Amino acid sequence: MPVLHWIRRNLIVIAGLLTLAYMILPNIVVMVFSFNKPNGRFNYEWQRFSLDAWKDPCGVADLCGSLSLSLQIAFWATLGATVLGTMVAFALVRYRFRARGAISSLIFLPMAMPEVVMAASLLTLFLNMGAQLGFWTVLIAHIMFCLSFVVTAVKARVMSMDPKLEEAARDLYAGPVQTFVRVTLPIAAPGIAAGAMLAFALSFDDFIITNFNAGSTVTFPMFVWGSAQRGTPVQINVIGTAMFIIAVMVVLVGQVIASRRKNNAQS
Amino acid sequence: MTQQQQTAGGDVRLAGISKTYGSFTAVQPLDLTVPQGSFFALLGASGCGKTTTLRMIAGLEEATTGTVFLGGKDITDLPPYKRPVNTVFQSYALFPHLDITENVAFGLRRRGIKSVKKQVDDMLELVQLGDFAHRKPHQLSGGQQQRVAVARALINHPQVLLLDEPLGALDLKLRRQMQLELKRIQTEVGITFVHVTHDQEEAMTMADTVAVMNGGRVEQLGAPADLYENPRTTFVANFLGTSNLIEGEIVSTGGDLVVAAGGGKLTLPRERCSAPTTSGGRLLLGIRPEKISLAHADDADDIAAGRNRVTGRITDSSFIGVSTQYVVESPAGTALQVYEQNIERDTRLLPGAEVVLHWNPAHTFGLDAAQDIDAGATSVEDAE
Repeated sequence: MPVLHWIRRNLIVIAGLLTLAYMILPNIVVMVFSFNKPNGRFNYEWQRFSLDAWKDPCGVADLCGSLSLSLQIAFWATLGATVLGTMVAFALVRYRFRARGAISSLIFLPMAMPEVVMAASLLTLFLNMGAQLGFWTVLIAHIMFCLSFVVTAVKARVMSMDPKLEEAARDLYAGPVQTFVRVTLPIAAPGIAAGAMLAFALSFDDFIITNFNAGSTVTFPMFVWGSAQRGTPVQINVIGTAMFIIAVMVVLVGQVIASRRKNNAQS
Repeated sequence: MTQQQQTAGGDVRLAGISKTYGSFTAVQPLDLTVPQGSFFALLGASGCGKTTTLRMIAGLEEATTGTVFLGGKDITDLPPYKRPVNTVFQSYALFPHLDITENVAFGLRRRGIKSVKKQVDDMLELVQLGDFAHRKPHQLSGGQQQRVAVARALINHPQVLLLDEPLGALDLKLRRQMQLELKRIQTEVGITFVHVTHDQEEAMTMADTVAVMNGGRVEQLGAPADLYENPRTTFVANFLGTSNLIEGEIVSTGGDLVVAAGGGKLTLPRERCSAPTTSGGRLLLGIRPEKISLAHADDADDIAAGRNRVTGRITDSSFIGVSTQYVVESPAGTALQVYEQNIERDTRLLPGAEVVLHWNPAHTFGLDAAQDIDAGATSVEDAE
């Protein structure tokens, strides 16, 4: 009976831990296998511990080239989608114009459309326009599908923002540029940052749309897909682990800064 | 406080200023002068154009017609950030991402002033928030946020401080306290305050001069006591406090005016009547509830001669501590209000009792009977 009682009291904690484990386990598998030394070409069975892959992450032909390309595309797609999306969000919230409602709904279409259909349609469009498939077509496609997410994230933030704050800034001797830089942007920043991070993540690991529209260009997800046919180098796990650790670090640093700021404010 | 900008002739003058949105006129062409150093209140119900007028002074709203002068200088076309005028917003509009110090220093920094610490400290001291310099706005109570908003505006030594219903979000007790506080600060810094409010008590407590606005125009302007004692329109009479308005016909214009109303005759001094006074004309007689004495009908003979009398019957009474408020039904009016101080309470004055209302004729004011007698209770356009 005491056991049952204990379970009942800690049910929420147990459920939480199980869910967490469910989410983290795949990451741990990726991490562990980055230290594997497989016998064959496939890194599917644990053999023995080794640091070989970590010592030479670019040891596989074309891997680091594709990684670098994916990072570049993700960077530019994030920048483009964030700038455009922020402007769209401000326009939709702050201004009244014709077809505002329609545009507001149309923005969500790329999110609702099945990705593979979108990918095929984009390819048709690019081919009909006679566009050369490669870096630019991938970038254009990525900005397009990231845009909806950025608009959604920023719009939520801008909607909760009191327009009186900007009036107060103008009243306190801030011109239009100062008002935007000192008041509007800092207050909208969490929404913009959330949108940008989402855009980066979506762009970096997109496979379907990229695969249709990349031509002979190979991004990191395409490389992983391609190599999976012939064998999976341990370096893929190394890159995955590194990305995971960087992401966790970014989140941790952000939280430390936020909590320190809070403590300062209270002392 | 050190005052950096001692400016002479800093009157705010609005000349023919108006604002229309499409076909809706928010503010009718308006002339108004706010003398430098005064505490000026724009009083009116919501939608009367008082906030729009304030925003036109701030530059946050563009005037459709007319000119805004500040100290003789035309500032109509200046954007808000170039006007030596600061605003305390109704919602305070404190910058949530900046601490109290940076909120208060915002205006100074935008004007390129580097060493702000001393001024910010002094200003926070003035509003008694010295210990809160490094808090964020959301960590402060409503009253404290309100004081930060005042400090943030005042630190710039504006020629005019505009207050847009700054106490509207506070509870009653705190509001009373802040009214006195703002009044103290205004006396201390000597800056012109233009205060927008819908609370007539607040306007009368704080301001030297009150402009009562209705339907986009100024109904009447004057010192609080003057407005209260000598309203010139039914709107002002009803909006500022409570008035009993009795309609009657002028029967004599020799000396004091004598008016036949409700089966009796009432007298009022000619100079207290703002309406045309021709014999046989209609007139509205006004009398404030606290100026009326109440006598039981049995004691009617004890009332001194020469007082205005109205007979009636009490229909309702409510005891509110310091006074008792009676509602009296009479031929002169169905719901006359009477406030009696609770000094020696006459136990016979209960609902149903026959009573005589009597008051000094000098306390009676006269208004044009062509107006809506209920203006001010509901927002009604009526011509001066």
